Amino acid sequence: MLRKITGILPNAVKNASNVKTYATEATVEVKGFKLHRLDSGPATSVTLTKDEAIKYYTQMQTIRRLETQAGNLYKEKIIRGFCHLYSGQEACAVGMRAAMTEVDNIISAYRVHGWTYLMGVTPIGVLAELTGRKSGCARGKGGSMHMYAPNFYGGNGIVGAQVPLGAGVALACHYKGNGGMCLALYGDGAANQGQVFEAYNMAHLWKLPTIFVCENNGYGMGTSAERAASNTDYYTRGDALPGLWVDGMDVLAVRSATEFARDYVTKNGPLVMETYTYRYSGHSMSDPGTSYRTREEIQEVRQKRDPITSFKERILELGLVTQEEIKAIDVKAKKETDEAAAKAKADVEIPLEELYTDVYSNCKEPKLRDCLGYNIQHRVLNKGVNT
Amino acid sequence: MLSITLKSLVRRQFSTTPKALAAKTMTVRDALNSAIDEEMEKDERVYILGEEVAQYDGAYKISRGLWKKYGDKRVIDTPITEMGFAGIAVGSAMAGLRPICEFMTFNFSMQAIDHVINSAAKTFYMSAGTVNVPIVFRGPNGAAAGVAAQHSQCFAAWYAHCPGLKVISPYDAEDCRGLLKAAIRDPDPVVFLENELLYGVSYPVDEKITSKDFVLPIGKAKIMKPGKDVTIVAHSKAVETSLLAAAELAKIGIEAEIINLRSIRPLDTATIFNSIKKTHHLITVEQGWPQHGVGSEICARVMEDETFFHLDAPVWRVCGVDVPMPYTKTLEINALPQPKDVVQAVQKILGKKK
Repeated sequence: MLRKITGILPNAVKNASNVKTYATEATVEVKGFKLHRLDSGPATSVTLTKDEAIKYYTQMQTIRRLETQAGNLYKEKIIRGFCHLYSGQEACAVGMRAAMTEVDNIISAYRVHGWTYLMGVTPIGVLAELTGRKSGCARGKGGSMHMYAPNFYGGNGIVGAQVPLGAGVALACHYKGNGGMCLALYGDGAANQGQVFEAYNMAHLWKLPTIFVCENNGYGMGTSAERAASNTDYYTRGDALPGLWVDGMDVLAVRSATEFARDYVTKNGPLVMETYTYRYSGHSMSDPGTSYRTREEIQEVRQKRDPITSFKERILELGLVTQEEIKAIDVKAKKETDEAAAKAKADVEIPLEELYTDVYSNCKEPKLRDCLGYNIQHRVLNKGVNT
Repeated sequence: MLSITLKSLVRRQFSTTPKALAAKTMTVRDALNSAIDEEMEKDERVYILGEEVAQYDGAYKISRGLWKKYGDKRVIDTPITEMGFAGIAVGSAMAGLRPICEFMTFNFSMQAIDHVINSAAKTFYMSAGTVNVPIVFRGPNGAAAGVAAQHSQCFAAWYAHCPGLKVISPYDAEDCRGLLKAAIRDPDPVVFLENELLYGVSYPVDEKITSKDFVLPIGKAKIMKPGKDVTIVAHSKAVETSLLAAAELAKIGIEAEIINLRSIRPLDTATIFNSIKKTHHLITVEQGWPQHGVGSEICARVMEDETFFHLDAPVWRVCGVDVPMPYTKTLEINALPQPKDVVQAVQKILGKKK
């Protein structure tokens, strides 16, 4: 996809009248970080290439479009159950993804459509999972909250449970000595879960390469951070663990922070990184998101802090992209997600026998029970990656 | 053979006790320890974590010597933080390791039950067969002695309720060696329920059992003693109770067939059904509570099967008394099924026949 976009660049560059569009690289100053128990922090002066600018913009725009489609499909009652949108928080995921290497891992909670896409699942793989159809990345069996990809461990529905799981993935990296690390993501709501502190504690004792990432979007469901946490400086809540605060609406700041954190945790053990962000939608689709905050507040963030608009303005100003290129990306992202949504709607569900498929990697049950009796033979489609 | 086994049971011989018998014996503790040791030797991915498993040598000495042999990397002492370390163990299994997660006792696993069920048991299915979770949760389960209500509870029925888990409840040294090795090699999450009171008990073992290649199949019960008059199905320490009851029953001319379940999920109904077809009578014995218990499940399975028509009398459950465990010694003894209870239940369902 990226190749196709870069393929149109020569024309765009040739046709551009503004000399600034010839820039292939720029140096950018990102906003200050806040540090806790750290002597030095991430680089505030970062380099951005034209390819990177296009990539990040494309990724953020595609996630925004995916979530718009998800919202629409939910309103059409094609997506069922829970559906938590990431709109407003795109720079967090895209910035972190940009700093990950191939041995790095990520685990998150249930707001993961964007992450699933970033970890290599196609838009149809994401949207068909949401519609519960066969082309979904978990064949429609996991749904909105349970999507997986290589180096991506979900997609977890129990608030906070993914945090020790992430420390465990980091333990595996450490154990194997492969130089990898794990990003363990949770929200400001989950930040108050006891097991989060348990995970901090052990990860620090055992020097597990974990970046504990608190995506602070201001609200745990409808409870504002201030009403839920005695200390809302989430980056300081790791006790002995160092902490780092970053503007989660600035993709380059998040990338810089994650690069720093990656280097730190693989050498020294875990740290806590808070990405300060905002979600435009309610907690889930069943929440209009307006009883505990005002419409004005949401509008203000959209106008002043939107991660996509601000990045677009920046890369245009730097001359890394042209208006035409931006437009082409927008059109392509819309087209791609529109088509994916149409396919996700038209796709079929898996056959009924997959109800009895892959309960066990090595099933020892002679028969599984249907509603009436032990009439069913367990079926195996996959053995799993850990056999 | 049976009388010898029973004699040793009643005496509670320990591995250090000089043996009158020529046969080689092994304690349950050594069976578990050697199983872990051999599997760690065999597979670099296997490691053990839990409270006091390393420097203390295990709260119940199951991991004795392992820290000295394998070091900090593979024998990991955790803080007292079940939810956290169970989650870490599950996460490491998702990412390719083979953790043995020791709960000092299964009573504490309730702190971590979300990770056992939601994180371990369901992930393979939720991921449509992508991420399997090869982990063993193990530790002592059920009633110990004099530790009161919060430390005396059987979790067999709790965990066996959940698809995605395999639940093993071994009885003797053979069970422990063969089934723990099988559990560690298994690609799915296994809950392995030991019994503290049996840790120090010695059982006869032969060369086959002590061989490094010895594994038992998960999901298969063992007939401990054949009999023609009544089938008695039990697991864990209740197997001992049933064997003792069988000896009493033999004195009054009743030949009981004793089935050691070994595995609670899968449940080896084939072995139970075949036995019922021979004896036409069934008693279940367990230390856990009656409601929705292992015995209840067995009753339901029999009822739903053609085997039901082979029964000459209702199935009867012998269970732990339906109360929290008291500390009071005499009450505690009476809160768990004793051989006399099993004898009484057998006599009740056999009616006038004997």
